[in-house]
Formats: sequence, structure tokens, C-alpha cells
Amino acid sequence: MKIIVCIKQVPETQEVRLDPETHTLKREGVKSIINPFDLYAVEEGLRIKENQGGEVTLLTMGPPQAEEALREALGYGADYAVLLSDRAFAGADTWATALTLAKAIDKMGGADLIFTGKQAIDGDTAQVGPMLAAIMGIPCVAWARKITFTGNNTIEVERLLDHGYDAVAAKLPAVISVVKEINEPRVPSFKAKLKAKKEAIPVWGLADVGINSEQVGLAGSFTQVVKVFPPPPRGKSEVWEGQPAELAARVWTRLKELGRR
Amino acid sequence: MSIIFYSEKCTLCGQCVDACPFGVLRLEGDSLVIDEGCTLCGACVEVCEFQALELPEMEGPAPRPGVPPDGVWVFAEQRQGKLSSVALELLGEARRLAETLQVGVAAVLLGDKVEHLCPTLLAAGADKVYLAESPVLAEFCEGPYSAALAEIAERHQPEIILAGATYAGRAFIPQVAAALKTGLTADCTAFAIDQENRLLLQTRPAFGGNIMATIVTPRTFPQMATARPGVFKKLGESASADGQVVRVELASIKTPGQSRFVRTVEEIKERLPLAEAEVIVAGGRGLKEAKHFRMLEELADLLGGAVGATRAAVDAGWIPYAHQIGQTGKTVSPKLYIAAGISGASQHVVGMQSSDFIVAINKDPAAPIFNIANIGLVGDLFEIIPALIQEIKKDRG
Ligand SMILES: Cc1cc2nc3c(=O)[nH]c(=O)nc-3n(C[C@H](O)[C@H](O)[C@H](O)COP(=O)(O)OP(=O)(O)OC[C@H]3O[C@@H](n4cnc5c(N)ncnc54)[C@H](O)[C@@H]3O)c2cc1C
Ligand SMILES: Nc1ncnc2c1ncn2[C@@H]1O[C@H](COP(=O)(O)O)[C@@H](O)[C@H]1O
Repeated sequence: MKIIVCIKQVPETQEVRLDPETHTLKREGVKSIINPFDLYAVEEGLRIKENQGGEVTLLTMGPPQAEEALREALGYGADYAVLLSDRAFAGADTWATALTLAKAIDKMGGADLIFTGKQAIDGDTAQVGPMLAAIMGIPCVAWARKITFTGNNTIEVERLLDHGYDAVAAKLPAVISVVKEINEPRVPSFKAKLKAKKEAIPVWGLADVGINSEQVGLAGSFTQVVKVFPPPPRGKSEVWEGQPAELAARVWTRLKELGRR
Repeated sequence: MSIIFYSEKCTLCGQCVDACPFGVLRLEGDSLVIDEGCTLCGACVEVCEFQALELPEMEGPAPRPGVPPDGVWVFAEQRQGKLSSVALELLGEARRLAETLQVGVAAVLLGDKVEHLCPTLLAAGADKVYLAESPVLAEFCEGPYSAALAEIAERHQPEIILAGATYAGRAFIPQVAAALKTGLTADCTAFAIDQENRLLLQTRPAFGGNIMATIVTPRTFPQMATARPGVFKKLGESASADGQVVRVELASIKTPGQSRFVRTVEEIKERLPLAEAEVIVAGGRGLKEAKHFRMLEELADLLGGAVGATRAAVDAGWIPYAHQIGQTGKTVSPKLYIAAGISGASQHVVGMQSSDFIVAINKDPAAPIFNIANIGLVGDLFEIIPALIQEIKKDRG
């Protein structure tokens, strides 16, 4: 079983904030981390490899420092990692990202299963996985919490929707995005961490992926960010203290006055 | 392609360096250096008071083609013959956009034996309903659904497609956008029209809601977005149900798809889905025990709302995961959010900060939830919630 897990390095978002007055971004001490959802994708890849045999390759597109994320994720026990990095890739939207990943996966000779996280916590789009599948012409099942191999190159996937959980059948190869319920990521082993330190991580640019500069990065993106601004202030905060009955009466009166109830 | 820098205008004030969310700008000597990793997000351009930075012009290979004729479309999500409320909200928003653009509004309805929903869609703002019925579409699955919507869009050429940012919508709409080779903006909370360029301005939160971004799809059609449930307004009662139902025969569903629905494994037994609730009463670790969630249910019932929870409460096994709100749970934006025994950790707050009005109950006056609450009540929730329940009952006689 050939498994590819797409991971992304993201800033730890809670710290990223625009100052409403100066309009500048506060990011003191903002660390880069592996997108938390992608750790479940890595774990699922490893578990399938352990049960079915095969290999797990990690794939990321990002600036040179994204290598740290790959090396950290290798520490969980993945076999290989590839970094897609080129100035031309900068500014990619989800389409251009998915296209670049698809070309790289082609070059790697395809895969049986491609995992992504539920969504990346910086952009919060959850679009890269489904778009990747559409570009590759293979099925995608989003929000998976359980995968069963049903023979004949098919899988049955239990996945989350608004009403509950559905089972969906899909042919391999397929792209699967996973939710956190799917597993409990392991603790990286000391041995794997040591090996990860020494692992050679190939860096592929435009030419390696076999794609031209108009198809990638900002130039290849269908969407364009025209403005970034701080969220509207949340109205005034009032803090009340007092006897419970009195607080309850006051808040109920206020909610009615405001037409909230 | 990179940010254009006019060194003669730059005063080396460093605002842009602070503004860069990716930390790739730095001052070196008397120049600004842009390191690799720039995503051209424009945050630096926005803060520069001296116009020393500029986003590069898009030298798009494909010129913007003629505007497609079929106006604004809304994907009318339904399950088992019941329309999702976000579809009706988006029809209201579509009407508003369509009036500015002077085009029509259409709903696209996929399912099996769902024709009876057409009048509701027409009354909610559609001039026309594209209806595709097939047993293959009876239950949602991204394979057949994306093929169907892409086929209808290719045939009838909408200018804009909007869909709810539900789990189903977010699963298959990206595949439709990829098939149509056009852009898609996720989970929008506001739309507007740039009249001059006839562009849909799509505004959405990013970085966990700490930053808002406005995004356009300047070169391709349709312009596509998913939109957060509960944010947009339905039309009032007065709308007429006149209009046209266009039945569509699909070629795409005749061939076996790559994926198919098998069965529903588990239904979440919520009386009211969180995404649709106008009022949410949420509890955290401060609730102490599973049984105390019944008190929240009682309050939610009185207010016609639903019950939410923090991850701490879910992890403790007090309430199922489907109720979790936050980064790893659901994102909600009700008219009223009552947070009881919730500290206000950032991972929870990202899921509920777009609520219209927030009331927080916490016995710790320093709890961060009070920073975002409109009204904070300092005290014991085991006293305040029962008092509030009593107050409401008394008031209503
Ligand atoms: C990657 C990641 C993702 C996460 N995703 C989510 C997510 O999706 N959703 C989420 O909610 N969390 C998430 N978390 C967890 C989050 O960081 C917090 O741990 C969690 O939200 C805290 O829940 P809480 O407020 O219920 O508990 P606590 O932080 O323990 O707060 C309990 C509060 O109750 C108050 N209290 C106690 N007793 C009473 C009483 N009798 N009356 C009044 N007040 C009382 C206390 O003063 C305290 O403020 C995530 C964390 C990580 C690392
Ligand atoms: N630049 C990238 N490189 C590799 N994988 C990515 C990249 N961006 C997104 N992904 C994958 O796609 C998932 C969804 O990301 P997003 O669509 O950005 O929310 C992530 O959890 C990753 O698994």
C-alpha cells in the first residue's frame, strides 16, 4: 500500500491578531507548528501501513523552513518526505496548492491512499483535499472517522456530516480527509526521531514538478486576497456581580430589551 | 511574483515588518528584505502609510471571459426532504446580490422525490429552480453530487454559485470548483458586489477568526463561495412563490461513480442542529458532571435553542462530540450564546466569537471569556442558571 500524507506548516493561529488601532499584526512569539489536524492524517497513514504493509511518504508545499515540519512528522515513523519549495509557489490559493501537490504525486508515481487533515488552521478552508482529488480524477471522502478495507480495491469510510455519520464506499486510489476522532496520534519514538534527523529530504521546485510558472503560486491562483482587516470589535463588555436572583432578573430584562429574546 | 517595493518612498518605519503574519519581512541596512515564504497576502501593503509597497498586478493568462448569463445560484441542500436553513438564508442574500447585478436567482435542488420543495425555494427568493432527481442523489455523497452540480453549471452557466458551509457543502463544492476550473472561497460571512469590476467580494474570517480577508475570483466564472450558516438573512414572508421549475436530465449519474453512499451509521439526536440554532446554551468543565447538562437543556428549551459544549466537557464524556464548539468542533454564530462554566480558551472562542450577543457565567472574574462577552455574570452557575430558568418561567406566567 502506497500512502501519501499531505501536511502543512502553519503559524500557531491563536497568537496571530491584528491590532484594531494600529492595524498591525501582532505575532510576537508566534511559533510554526504542524497543522494539528494533519497529525491525525499521519497517524492513520502509519496505522494502515502497519496493518497492510507498504510505505508512508509525507508531502508538503511551503517555504524552506517547512522542512522542520517534515522532519518533526518523520519522527512519528513515516518512511520518506518530500518538500515542494520554490519562490514561484508563493501566494498559492487552494486550487494552485492542490494542482502543485497533484503534479508532485504524479511524479512520485501516484499512491493508493492520500491523506489530508480536516483543514489547515491558518486558512481554515478544508478545500485542498477535495480539489486535489478532483484534479487527479479520483474520489475524495471528507471528514473520515473510520476506514475499512472491503477488498477489490475498495474502502468503506465512516464520515461525519451535520446529521451524524454516514458510510461511503470508494474505489482506490482515493483522497481521504480525516477528523480528530479517527485515532489518537502516538508519541514519537526516540529511534524514529533520531532517524528523522538524518533523513535526506529532497526539495522539488518548479522544474522538478514539471509545471510552468503560470500554473502555480499567485499567478496560477483563481482567487486573490484584496484586503485584510481586523474583525469588527465585539461591542462593549460589561461585567456584573451580585446576588444570583438579581443577576438573573437583570440579564433577562436586558435580553428582552435588546430583542434577543 | 513578489511584492513590489518602492525604496524611495520607504521610511524604514517597520510597520510592515510587524504586520507580516508570516514573519518574512525584515529591515536590513536601509532596505526592506522580503524572504521566501511570502504568500502575497497583502497585510504589509495594507499597513504601509507611504505607499511604498504594492501587490503585483495579476498577469492572468486567461482574460476574464464574458459574463455568464445565468445569474446567482444557490445550492439548495436538503436531506430526506427537509431543506437546510442555510439554503434559504443564502437565497435571501442571493436576491440582494442579484438586484445589484440585475440578474436572476436560481436554486439547484438535487435529490430523489424532492419536487415538493420547489415552492419553498421560489418563495425564499429563487426565480427558477433547477431540479435533478435520481435515486443516486437520494443521499449525499460527494462523487455523484459534485458531478451533478458541475454538469448543470456547465450547461447553464451561472455567474455566481453560493452554497452553505455545512459538512456536505464543504466536502463537495471544492470538487465542483476544481471541475469548473474556477476559484472558491470558504466559509464566508459577508458578500458585496464591486460594481465597477462586476466582482463578488467575499469576506471571511481566517487565522481562527483573528483576521478578516476579502477575496475575489477575478479571472474565471462562476465565482464560487461557501457561506457560514446562520449569518445571512432569509427574505421576509411576502415573497411570492411564482417561478419556473427546470427539470434537468443528467448524463453524469448514469455511469457508476467512484464513490457512493452506503448507509447512515449513526444519527446525532439533536432536537435542533447547532448550526441552525438562534440560541445556544453551552457548558464547560464548570458543569462538573454529565447530569448537570440537563439544566442547560432546560434553559435551551425555554429559549428555543440548542446545547453546545467545550472540548473539556466532551472529553470528560459528559456530552457527545457533535456538541463540541471550537477549533476542533463546530463553528456557530447564533443570535445569543450563553457560556456557562467556560474559561474562554482561544480554541473554544474561535468557534463562537461571531455570535451576535454573548452572555458568560463564570465564578472566576479573571476568566478570559469575559473579554469577549457582551454581558459577563460573575458567580456560581449552579445558582445563576436555576435563577434564570425561574425568572423566565415567572415572566411567562
Ligand atoms: C489543538 C487543540 C484544539 C482544541 N479544540 C477545541 C475545541 O474545538 N473546542 C473547545 O472547547 N476546546 C478546544 N480545545 C481545548 C481548549 O484549549 C480548552 O482546554 C477548553 O476549551 C477548555 O474548556 P472549559 O472552558 O470547559 O474548561 P476550563 O478551561 O477548565 O474552564 C472551566 C471554567 O469554569 C469555571 N467554573 C467552574 N465551576 C464553576 C461554577 N460553579 N460556576 C461558574 N463557573 C465555574 C471556571 O472558573 C473556569 O473558568 C483545543 C485544544 C487544542 C490544543
Ligand atoms: N501547502 C500544503 N502542503 C501540503 N499539504 C497541504 C498544504 N495546504 C493544505 N494541505 C493539506 O490540505 C488540508 C486542508 O488544508 P486547507 O484546505 O488549507 O484547509 C491540510 O490539513 C493538509 O493536509
